[in-house]
Amino acid sequence: MGATTTLHALPRPPQSGGAQLVPSAVMAMLIFVVTEIMLFAGFVSAFTIMRRSALVWPPPGQPRLPVMETAANTALLLASGVTLVIAHRAFRRHAPDARTPLLATLLLGSAFVVLQGREWVQLLAAGLTMTSSTLGSFFYLVVGLHALHAVVALGLVASAWSRLRRGFLARSFFGVTEVFWYFVVGIWPLLYWRLYL
Amino acid sequence: MATQTMTAGAAGEAHAAHAEQTFWQRYVFSTDHKTIAMQYLFTGMAMAVLGGFFSYVFRMQMAYPGAEVPFWGIVTPAAYNTLITNHGAIMIFWVAMPVLIAAFGNYLIPLMLGCDDMVFPRLNRLSYQIFLLSVLVLFSSFFVKGGGFGGAWTVYPPLSSKAEYNLTPGGSTIFLIAVALEFVAFLMGGINFITTAMNSRAPGMKMYDIPMVVWTIVLASILFMGSVGPLVAGAVMLIFDQTIGTAFFDPNRGGDPILWQHLFWFFGHPEVYVVLLPALGIVAEIITVFSRKKLFAYRTAIYVAIATCVLSFTVWAHHQFIAGIDPRMANIFTVTTLLISVPVAQMMLVYIATLYGGSITFTTPMLWALGFIATFLLGGVTGIFLGTAGSDIYFHDTYFVLAHFHYTFYPIAIIGSFAGFTFWFPKMFGRMLNETLGKIHFWVTITAFSGTFLPLFVTGILGDNRRIPDHRIYPELDTPMLNGLREFATISMVIMLLVQFVFVFNVVWSLRRGKKAGKNPWKANTLEWTADSPPPHGNWKDLPRVYRGPYEYSVPGRSEDYWPQDVPN
Ligand code: HEM
Ligand SMILES: [Cu+2]
Repeated sequence: MGATTTLHALPRPPQSGGAQLVPSAVMAMLIFVVTEIMLFAGFVSAFTIMRRSALVWPPPGQPRLPVMETAANTALLLASGVTLVIAHRAFRRHAPDARTPLLATLLLGSAFVVLQGREWVQLLAAGLTMTSSTLGSFFYLVVGLHALHAVVALGLVASAWSRLRRGFLARSFFGVTEVFWYFVVGIWPLLYWRLYL
Repeated sequence: MATQTMTAGAAGEAHAAHAEQTFWQRYVFSTDHKTIAMQYLFTGMAMAVLGGFFSYVFRMQMAYPGAEVPFWGIVTPAAYNTLITNHGAIMIFWVAMPVLIAAFGNYLIPLMLGCDDMVFPRLNRLSYQIFLLSVLVLFSSFFVKGGGFGGAWTVYPPLSSKAEYNLTPGGSTIFLIAVALEFVAFLMGGINFITTAMNSRAPGMKMYDIPMVVWTIVLASILFMGSVGPLVAGAVMLIFDQTIGTAFFDPNRGGDPILWQHLFWFFGHPEVYVVLLPALGIVAEIITVFSRKKLFAYRTAIYVAIATCVLSFTVWAHHQFIAGIDPRMANIFTVTTLLISVPVAQMMLVYIATLYGGSITFTTPMLWALGFIATFLLGGVTGIFLGTAGSDIYFHDTYFVLAHFHYTFYPIAIIGSFAGFTFWFPKMFGRMLNETLGKIHFWVTITAFSGTFLPLFVTGILGDNRRIPDHRIYPELDTPMLNGLREFATISMVIMLLVQFVFVFNVVWSLRRGKKAGKNPWKANTLEWTADSPPPHGNWKDLPRVYRGPYEYSVPGRSEDYWPQDVPN
């Protein structure tokens, strides 16, 4: 998308009465993220309604979600957000300096996904499955959807990092990556709060 | 592909190269916004024919229950359910949305903003391709075991979630997948519309120089994207209920069926404004041109449209007054529902004030625009009876509701689309439509439309329930009075369908024989009228510059009664 816009804009001077407030690719990603936020809001409010109207909660005979371990995972994910902020600053100053913090983001984010995966394996073994209770259904659906987003976003981060290593990271591509990763990081504490606590 | 995008932006000699594009590049895999608009337009029209045929079949069954319907045969209850379900879904998701938003949006936004194409042309092409895929997926649902989904377009569980109840195990899941794909297509389109409007306007075009129809289509896209998330969430949950046995909506196992209704209508009500807004925009363009007046209170109209968008998120539970929701909640939603009629009414007043004192010419597009105002008013007014929880307890699920929403959707999707199509036809194809045929088509259509749905208000008030395949099994619904009204409605709707052949003939004839249109046949101000008709690839040789707002008609002291946006003085 980034490439398209730059090529597209080449032959003619920028329009819209002069300037682009936000680069088009970043704008597009922002709009997409708004839709995504509403998607997660749908799931979370559905879960909240279900939980509030249940006679007994959590469902009897089902394992409890690991609050403490996930808190540690959450810390990892938040740290990856911080390293991305550092990368952003470095990119502004002197682009190649962003390499190390970007790599840190990639590693921290991957660690989060892997540890969440391990948690799934343990919960499945303990008897929480997609069909064992509404708690299980919602848990795997919402956390799984978040993990899917995290994986896609990690792909973007990895791609940004390797572009930077080869020396041609476009500002708009970096912007898109940032918006998506901040979304993945930012929505998680909310999910953690609603699902785990 | 990169080269193609680049040439799309280049002027002059680059255009010569485009003459050599193959048929496939030009019409099937084009990234040109006008071609994509046409693809959406004609796909939408084809779907309208299908949806119209479905309604013909079940209306015949209503008027002549048990009789053999020409071109169909006996209507079984299962077929009846599939027909009404897919009629509704097709008309909303595969006709109103692609024609009003995608076709007009794609065609008009770059032309009215004075740029050569959308910001993301390839995303735009992908959007249409996914849309087409959604159509094919929907078609495939008719041919699986059990047939197409028959649980009503609102897809309420448990009817929709349990194969034992709906008897269409494959169809119900495929239906949801088709709708989800359609949403993805519109998400891509909407991203393009909003970004283009933000970043690609002609030099000099400020926020308040943007024509109403661009505003309303962009607002509709924002509204769509803000509301669709919860429905997608619900659809995913429902698909899991159907296929892997989760219990999100199954009360026996801890789920909640009413939850679906909330998720559906949280989207469903904003959705009615998603389709309403573009139609309002189209009407605004037409009535200003043909009454040669400035749009009354242009800025207020925009604020009103925004207010409608915001309020439309707060009214959804008026569809659930008798679903067992808390009566206190029903009170709140009654108030918000009545509140939202205020901006809608205000919009109508803006139009009437624009017409007031204008020098009106009754061309075909103008007739459609005025027809929109007249019929939509009735639709909006009847909504008030339904929005008031007390009276809705009686009206809910009767033909009164059905007549209400046809008096809103029909003006929007059919009358609004005809208005836009007849107005921009000269620009799209370079020729004028025949006015006499256009007027015959208009008057018969609008009369037959009223003949179809006015009787159904009455049957609804008399207690006739929706979604019953054969009324004869309920003696109190089998009275001569009700049967007469049903028959009248059906005959009217058959006339309405038949007169569409006049329209088809008019289009086909005018495409070959119609008078050449020239650049600006209606003497309008907005930028699309400064391009050739039809506009070439890239739209203009030199992109226009904008000096003023879009509605400077009959400005005192000028020799002409219009003042195009791109003329310096
Ligand atoms: C000011 C305006 C409006 C008000 C107050 C209003 C109110 C209502 C209410 C309360 C219902 C629920 C009735 C029931 O099920 O018992 C309803 C149904 C409906 N309305 Fe409206 N409405 C308005 C405008 C519109 C518009 C503009 C559209 C379409 C574009 C629309 C489309 C529908 C549809 C499709 C249904 C029926 C859905 C179904 O059950 O299948 N309405 N309206
Ligand atoms: Cu509604």
